[in-house]
Amino acid sequence: MSKPIPEEEYRKKPLTRLLQWVGGEIDPFLETMETQKQQNQKPNERLIRKHRRDLDTVISMVHDQKHNKVYKLFRRFYKVASVVCCLALIAMLLTAVSYLPPVGAADNPSSNEVAAKYIEDGLQDTGAVNIVTGMILDYRAFDTFGESNVLFIATCTVLILLRSDKKKDKRQEEAEQRREQHYEPKDDSILQRITFLLFPIIVIYGIYVILNGHISPGGGFSGGAIIGAGLILYANAFGFEKLNRFFTEKTYKWISFVSLSFYCLAKSYSFFTGANHLESGIPLGEAGAILSSGLILPLNICVGLVVACTMYAFYTLFRKGGF
Amino acid sequence: MIFEYILLIFLVVCAISVSFSRNLLNSILIFMSYSLVMSIIWILLESPDLAITEAAVGAGVTSLLFFVTLKKIHAMKEEGETDEQADS
Repeated sequence: MSKPIPEEEYRKKPLTRLLQWVGGEIDPFLETMETQKQQNQKPNERLIRKHRRDLDTVISMVHDQKHNKVYKLFRRFYKVASVVCCLALIAMLLTAVSYLPPVGAADNPSSNEVAAKYIEDGLQDTGAVNIVTGMILDYRAFDTFGESNVLFIATCTVLILLRSDKKKDKRQEEAEQRREQHYEPKDDSILQRITFLLFPIIVIYGIYVILNGHISPGGGFSGGAIIGAGLILYANAFGFEKLNRFFTEKTYKWISFVSLSFYCLAKSYSFFTGANHLESGIPLGEAGAILSSGLILPLNICVGLVVACTMYAFYTLFRKGGF
Repeated sequence: MIFEYILLIFLVVCAISVSFSRNLLNSILIFMSYSLVMSIIWILLESPDLAITEAAVGAGVTSLLFFVTLKKIHAMKEEGETDEQADS
């Protein structure tokens, strides 16, 4: 049972006083401390000049090679030490290399039964005519997943480093624009005409490389890089405003998120079934057809999308510090 | 065979001249040609996968990023600007 207390007593309780102090209602230093109004400080020109002169003398004395013996010695020691360090590093690396097995020897640890297995059973296991893609996206799919994530994380890091959200003032902005126009003339008709012809061809070639990754050389990474290069060309010729109509930061985020999570789920499923010796239920199809080799085609598309977006995102981040 | 040797010699010359070129813009251009020659060599070594990637990433995107970085750090000189102004 709490009994009621008068207001005076309540005000004197430490908890109440603390709350009041935190809330800014009372100032505990008010009328208990002697305060003085701050005076405008006048810089003492003579003293500043003297200090600066002293600093200059000290610097010139330190870097004076004729009179400063220690400095001279240190410079010489620095040069010798750099050469010695370089030579030591070269010697260490060369000794490390000399322990490696010779290139192309038959009994190298790299030429074991794994390579033979990939080449012999690759077509049967993965259904991909292109063994390289079968290896990257089926046997070693987990590595490729890590690589795609590394690309995504790299974009995030560049975003953190280069992001510029602060508003520039008008004069700075004009100077920037003048510089930009000097380096890349806006509305260059030659560049625009060439891009008009080349951009569809580049993108279609990139899509072709991605879709035929399991049949012919190429795959997600190469095709994605080609599409990314095409997007950069388009941005250069027509400016970012035109590209932002169909490719914004939101698009980038969603494409990366959907591709990476689909990759993760699809591969988790096949790892789960493979580890438990279950039938995955994904038909391998007829080797050589576009719609074949099970999960490789969708995974290729995912990797291609992530790579294309990453390439373009790098470029925009370097150029503008944002999308 | 001779063609391969010519390409390899060109590769070595490019690699050395990148580090000895004084102008940063020139070294990027040399680096670009290095990547192009490298992609031809990948085709000769029968790995077209790598050749496509090298041409797109090495010669295209990387050099572009280098150019943009040079512009960002104001290392490319404007026309009519003397060396002293550009250095300061």
